[in-house]
Amino acid sequence: MNPVIGIKNLKKIYRIGDQEIHALRGVNLDIGKGDFVAIMGPSGSGKSTMMNVIGCLDKPTSGEFFLDDVPIMEAHDDELALIRNQKIGFVFQSFNLLPRTTAVENVELPLLYAGVPAKERRERAIAALESVGLGNRLNNKPNELSGGQQQRVSIARALVNNPVILLADEPTGALDTKTSIEIMQIFQQLNQSGKTIVLVTHEPDIAEYAKRNIHFRDGQVVADEQVKERRWANVEEVKS
Amino acid sequence: MNFLESFRVSLRSIKSNKLRSFLTMLGIIIGVAAVISMVGIGQGATADVAEQINSLGSNLLIVTPGQAKQGRISLGAGSRDSLTLADADALSQNSSIAGVTPSVTSRAQLVWESNNYSTQLEGTSETFPQVRSTNLQQGRFFNHFEVKTQANVAVIGTEVVTNLFGEGANPIGQTIQVNQIPFEVIGVLESKGSSGMTNNDDRIIVPVTTAMSRFTGGNYVSTIYVSAASADMMDQAKFDAETTLRTQHNLKPAADNDFQINSQSDILSTAQSVSSVMTTLLSGIASISLIVGGIGIMNIMLVSVTERTREIGIRKAIGATRWDILRQFLIESVTLSLLGGAIGIVLGIGAAYLIGKVASMSISISMSPIVYSFLSSMAVGVIFGVYPARKAAQLKPIDALRYE
Repeated sequence: MNPVIGIKNLKKIYRIGDQEIHALRGVNLDIGKGDFVAIMGPSGSGKSTMMNVIGCLDKPTSGEFFLDDVPIMEAHDDELALIRNQKIGFVFQSFNLLPRTTAVENVELPLLYAGVPAKERRERAIAALESVGLGNRLNNKPNELSGGQQQRVSIARALVNNPVILLADEPTGALDTKTSIEIMQIFQQLNQSGKTIVLVTHEPDIAEYAKRNIHFRDGQVVADEQVKERRWANVEEVKS
Repeated sequence: MNFLESFRVSLRSIKSNKLRSFLTMLGIIIGVAAVISMVGIGQGATADVAEQINSLGSNLLIVTPGQAKQGRISLGAGSRDSLTLADADALSQNSSIAGVTPSVTSRAQLVWESNNYSTQLEGTSETFPQVRSTNLQQGRFFNHFEVKTQANVAVIGTEVVTNLFGEGANPIGQTIQVNQIPFEVIGVLESKGSSGMTNNDDRIIVPVTTAMSRFTGGNYVSTIYVSAASADMMDQAKFDAETTLRTQHNLKPAADNDFQINSQSDILSTAQSVSSVMTTLLSGIASISLIVGGIGIMNIMLVSVTERTREIGIRKAIGATRWDILRQFLIESVTLSLLGGAIGIVLGIGAAYLIGKVASMSISISMSPIVYSFLSSMAVGVIFGVYPARKAAQLKPIDALRYE
């Protein structure tokens, strides 16, 4: 079976004025279905660029990139929008929920752009919110929710269109330790039920919740290894 | 995402910024209200003028003296003394002409007992009621004999009755002083109401011979009204009148007419073209404020796009296409301008009626300026919304998401 993400010799060059910045210098990476990968590295290592490229938010300069067998290098802007809508679920560090919009409406948004009819949209959004334990917060707006709750809404939004891959960019960066573990628990449960997850973090202990860690430095992969002693998120343990 | 949902999203964003949305719409509101009220007043005036001209009489030709010239300087139409009572008699001999009535006018001071009142005096002949389609409410009009003998008899309008004798009084048989000359009141004109500038009910009518010898002096009349035998005979009557008058005035074939013949429809179309030019001009000026309103919308939409860059980024990240974003912002600007247009239409109609009431002018609101305003505010929304919407649609998702 082909990997969900297949990347060969991928390069990304930014131009700022007449200066060229090589953010990615020939990355090779395969991520199989059901994997749980943490991408790590110091700032400026290219891990965020990698994330944006995998998320089809940013186009690489050269190389090969297949996402679920779709050749991304040849896709136009609107095709990329469709791929982001159908195949990718995003979870951001700053949640990126629409303000003044209720949780359930935020979760409905990807379905809205997918053209799902209103009734089905509402049902699926509610189901997604219930799966992250927010069944009782459907009509709260982001400013009425805690950070952890906002992040769970954002996870529900990422899951609602049943994407092939879940991308999380520093999902615990704005959360306290206890809430971080709650969020990691959700990720681990999702992974166990078969969801492919890619997570960017600079915290080593968060990375230990993943199955596989990839280290970036200066736009290249410097280490790619399975996690030897994997952590399991257990909220009960933290409480005690 | 379908149209209805884009519309709901736009409506929500308009509602979340109520004051700003209202201020943005204000330009459009004022523009549309101005167009609607100006056109309403203009069309009302046009209708007034048409009614006034029609009330002169049916199948009417109006003969006025030509221009007098002093050296090479024209003194204006009607300034020449060229029409006489003999001309009027000669005109009435034509078979295409049903009736002729001459007219001289002057101001007159009326006195009855201790009341006095200043009004318009018109000297005319016994054919006046027929030619000028005017009926009597009370009493009788003067006859041919009274015109011949320069009798001191008068027919007065209802307004004169009210001012001189009091509301509902019967003035028939009373003697009034007209510029200190006693006249017997023999009739009251049926009320025609005031139309535009002249008030048909505020005048006194006396035999033309009496008026010329007592008040205006001279042998010339200011106007001769000619009614054609029928509507189809208008051209024939005009031709016959011209031939008769040229003979009467001994004009050589090469000489210009020393009189003018206008038909009612000529005057009507002139008056209407004047007021339609006015209407166009007024609404043209009003349209400028529509454009200014459009610029206001564009300004706010540009601010809105900048403010909501992050929202655009989020929407794009989860699958909104460029078209989705473009449509969302376009619908928002069109909704703003249409809402402004609708409010403007209501306000404009209200303002027109208010102005009509205060300035006692007729107001005519027709469908076309309303449809025009609605369509142009929609066009303003599209035209001035496209640029900001395109700007939003073309944002790169990664840049938009990073925007702080």
